Amino acid sequence: MSCTEVWWSEMEHIKMPKVENVRLVDRSSSRRTQVGTLYLTATHTIFVGKGSEDRSELWVLHSLVCNVLKHKASQSGYPLLIHCKNFQVIQFIIPQESDCHNVYISLSRLSRPEKYEELYCFSFNPNVDKAERGHSWDFLDLKAEYSRMGLPDKLWHVTAINREYRVCDTYPADLFVPKSVTLPVIIGSSKFRSRGRFPTLSYYCKENHATICRSSQPLSGFSARCLEDEQMLQAIMKSNPGSRFMYVVDTRPKLNAMANRAAGKGYENEDNYCNIKFQFIGIENIHVMRNSQQKLIEVSTLRSPSMGEFLTGLENSDWLRHIKSIMEAAVFISKAVAEEGVSVLVHCSDGWDRTAQVCSVASVLLDPYYRTLKGLMVLIEKDWISFGHKFSHRCGHLDGEAKEVSPVIDQFLECVWQLMKQFPCYFEYNEKFLISIHDHVYSCHYGNFICNSQKERKDLCIKEKTHSIWPHLWENKLDFTNPLFKPDQSQNQGLLRPRTAPYCFKYWRRLYNRFDRELHPRQSELDCLMTVKEETQQLEEELALYEQKLAVLDKERAKALYMQKGVLESKQTLWSLPLDTSLANTPQDYIGGFIGGAPNVFTLQQGERENAELCLFGDKPKSSDADNSDQESGVADFSSHSSGEESLPSEDSVKDPDSDETGPNRE
Amino acid sequence: MELSEHIKTANVEDVTLRRPFHPALRGTLCVTSHHLLFSNRKDEASWQLLILLKNIDAIEKSVENLFGYPRAVGSSGTITIKCKDLLVLQLEIPGMEECLNIASSIEALSSLESVTEMYPFFYRPSHLTLLGPWGLSTTEQYYKQTERLWDRWRVSKVNSDYSVCPSYPSAVIVPREVDDDKLIRSARFRQGGRFPVLSYCHHSNGMVIMRSSQPLTGANKKRCKEDELLLQAVIDGSELGYIIDLRSAQQAQQARMTGGGFESKSCYRHWKRIHRHHERGKVVQESLIKLVEACSDLSHSVDRWLSKLENSKWLSHVHSALSTAGLVVECVERDGHSVLVHGSEGTDNTLLVSSLAQIILDPASRTVTGFLCLLEREWIQAGHPFQQRCAHSAYSHARLKQECPSFLLLLDCVWQVWRQFPLALEFSEALLLRLAQEVYASNYGTFLCNSEQERCAAGVKENTHCLFQSMLKPDIEEQYLNPLYEPTDLAIWPSVHPQSLQLWTGMFLRWTEYAQNMEEAREEVWSIVKEHRERV
Repeated sequence: MSCTEVWWSEMEHIKMPKVENVRLVDRSSSRRTQVGTLYLTATHTIFVGKGSEDRSELWVLHSLVCNVLKHKASQSGYPLLIHCKNFQVIQFIIPQESDCHNVYISLSRLSRPEKYEELYCFSFNPNVDKAERGHSWDFLDLKAEYSRMGLPDKLWHVTAINREYRVCDTYPADLFVPKSVTLPVIIGSSKFRSRGRFPTLSYYCKENHATICRSSQPLSGFSARCLEDEQMLQAIMKSNPGSRFMYVVDTRPKLNAMANRAAGKGYENEDNYCNIKFQFIGIENIHVMRNSQQKLIEVSTLRSPSMGEFLTGLENSDWLRHIKSIMEAAVFISKAVAEEGVSVLVHCSDGWDRTAQVCSVASVLLDPYYRTLKGLMVLIEKDWISFGHKFSHRCGHLDGEAKEVSPVIDQFLECVWQLMKQFPCYFEYNEKFLISIHDHVYSCHYGNFICNSQKERKDLCIKEKTHSIWPHLWENKLDFTNPLFKPDQSQNQGLLRPRTAPYCFKYWRRLYNRFDRELHPRQSELDCLMTVKEETQQLEEELALYEQKLAVLDKERAKALYMQKGVLESKQTLWSLPLDTSLANTPQDYIGGFIGGAPNVFTLQQGERENAELCLFGDKPKSSDADNSDQESGVADFSSHSSGEESLPSEDSVKDPDSDETGPNRE
Repeated sequence: MELSEHIKTANVEDVTLRRPFHPALRGTLCVTSHHLLFSNRKDEASWQLLILLKNIDAIEKSVENLFGYPRAVGSSGTITIKCKDLLVLQLEIPGMEECLNIASSIEALSSLESVTEMYPFFYRPSHLTLLGPWGLSTTEQYYKQTERLWDRWRVSKVNSDYSVCPSYPSAVIVPREVDDDKLIRSARFRQGGRFPVLSYCHHSNGMVIMRSSQPLTGANKKRCKEDELLLQAVIDGSELGYIIDLRSAQQAQQARMTGGGFESKSCYRHWKRIHRHHERGKVVQESLIKLVEACSDLSHSVDRWLSKLENSKWLSHVHSALSTAGLVVECVERDGHSVLVHGSEGTDNTLLVSSLAQIILDPASRTVTGFLCLLEREWIQAGHPFQQRCAHSAYSHARLKQECPSFLLLLDCVWQVWRQFPLALEFSEALLLRLAQEVYASNYGTFLCNSEQERCAAGVKENTHCLFQSMLKPDIEEQYLNPLYEPTDLAIWPSVHPQSLQLWTGMFLRWTEYAQNMEEAREEVWSIVKEHRERV
């Protein structure tokens, strides 16, 4: 089926391509609404505001829609609530019930594609030729990454055994194993592991030869053994000549691992394997994590919660407890590798969720390279994409088993974010980078995060039919750079040693309340610093240029010229206000919304104020990133109304202490 | 009794000092009338730790060999010192008797009651002189500098001998058309004599923030014509003003039973009253105690931490203070109405809300000088009882009397504003931290006593140095400046959503490793900005 055919078949699902007089409701204040037209296309839901000058638009990719809900009819019409996978919540009010129903039916179908071909990445067609597309897929090269680590070397090499994905269909084609293991040992070991995911190398520390290896659980049941598997572990241990033992880390809670024994799976028996130290680390399973995030999202979308409600909700979600457990596992592994020089084998059940999380967070702690832009991309490509994290299932790209969905990659990104909060100077990227990655993991805009394994992607010709996200992110790296990054220092520091005291784990407001603009700082320290840094560089370059050009003239004159220009420029651009400042002057909801009754006086000067704000701040900068603007610009362009119409608790609305003047107690 | 009589053992050798995240040090410990001095001499370099005894909130001592023989071989004791700035130290002192002596000296000398015995009266650094004016500004000077007040407002000296209101300064700003007699009558109608006075006049529209204490309407619904006229004069013909009562409607009602009350609608026709509940006194102090306890317990899980944080209610107080300040600013700036703020006594939450509102509204109060002037005007001159409120901090086991961390709450709220508007304040977090430390224990006289009257009686101005002056002179220290400062004339409306408010880690986790990485980030910000300034 070609793309056009898919496109046509999707058009069939659209019962209503256009609805007029739809109201878009701002969640932070039900009174701030926009009237406009709603369009359904094969790929996007588009809302175009009616405002005469400020034609705001909101674009939502169907693949980002998590669920669509119809709410009870209100006076103004029929509300439709759309929850997105990037935590945006959109509420439309549609005047006619039948229109609302049609939109609901169409969106429900469009947001749950049944076939891969329906996903946006197959129809997304930026203006690039075939060669360039192929080039985009070569942007990251895992072979180069392994050689950066120092592989192959005299102890480790690539095995060709999985070239046809016959030993393990969820593993990549190229895998690193100890040179000393023979093919029968690999095959034997793979037969003794869930889904054939035998122990293989994930990270190599060339300074001390310690490794992080990964696998799935052994099929040990209550007493089964496998000589080849034991030999495999022995070989891994011996490939680290300096060490006398290795750790085997089972990232599951002990109880879960034991329960698996009844199903013929389980964990390594220390008596059967030579020189292993076995360790449980209780990270909960995907179902617990899914429920936990669900609770977290409920807390983040509460309307005007009190401080107590919010903190209690955050606590009850258990989310930060889970993040802490992942972090602690990573800290354990990174210390074993860097400080003890001991190799570690990590597994969970299948070795594609918790194992991916723990290995990749440990790598970030261990290796400064993964704290650079390119390094994080490579890490995700290696530990997540190539090793078969089931993106399609976990992100719910296709209509399917809801129980397979789980925010495993969200937790990885959040662990990195928590680390960035603790070590503000040690990461080249900023949180926008993490959020952009998160967005694209779910958006199906690019082909990278489609399918569940390398084999599936190959079968589907992802590289021929879709585009890769990485070069696109790289082009925008200026937006994603952390101005505080100190590369030299970071190299020296090597291992990051994060604190894991409970107070070190924070709520990630920028992700979970990403679209609630009024919640975020009105001025951005990072943006400001970026501007300053860029300008410093610019001035430096200009100075160099002037000196070069006017080399014939005397130096003093060159300097004078430069000074003139520099001062001028700095006046124009220094501290240029970042995006969010357009909100700087918006009063917040200081009432809490839970007390009714509004004195009319508070709405009088509304118009004047808005005008004043617009003049004071000048033009709002538009996002330069075309892809991001899909999701953001629409919302960003709504003029931010003050909460003027929001209720003030007048003395009439609360129990009036004066009431006894007319009441029975009056004397 | 001389202070030195409290000191039985002045010097102990071979004391081991343990601080969080530092290796233990051995050295000599000295106790003086006002300080604890630990010095470690190793090779050439010597390292000293000087702690004001007043900074010590609580000590715990444990001695081995408690009932045994004094001076028995190997007997020793440990003193844990918990400071008001939240630092916790341990001293291992050889010799049980020495240990007990030092502990009792600390206990006696850290809780001096007499103001004139306190260290600011003895602090005489060579670079400061006691001559010249004390403080940054007076009411008269403030009035003179603020041209927009000249037309409708005047300085009244009705309180020059502090008889009308013992907690007010000698000069206050009131409506021009209200004479001193009316003020005296209004004062009689307000708790503690704190009649409505001007706190701030908005630069763009001339609307004002007034503050006072509650009216003494009592159960019989007493009225005071002069008080009503005074408030009428405040709004001067405009149709409406707002009274922000910092108690719930129910609490205000209950206050009548004990002689207090509120401005009833029928008597103050042009004023609309809004009630906002704020916790006060003991409740807030206990919040601080619980919060600090939660921060210092590293063993518990994330869940315990969050529930302890929630349970402390500290962030809820931050939330209330910021949202009420936001409400005041909405009235003044957005809707163009004057506001009167009061709770009961008008010495705590009232000052908190009125000063926060000014930071949100007034660009002048966001500079270093402006902020310190604001604190001087709204807290020191306005009679916040610092001595009572800051007698103890979060560790003390002493029974709470009048302690309440209102001022610390203000600093936390200002920090929250800075987090949300990192370019809008000229001062840095370091300035807030310094103030948080000085308010509890200081070399300077600024935070001594409970009112101007007390300060006059004790001779504070003649015999101590002023903290604010020293902070501003001769150059403001770089560490107190915000490198990214870019003044804006606009109001800076903070978000008060729970997601937007954070724990002030710089304060409450100040002595942990967590804070060290933040320090590094701050330095990096400075170096980026400096590099830029060099180029331009």
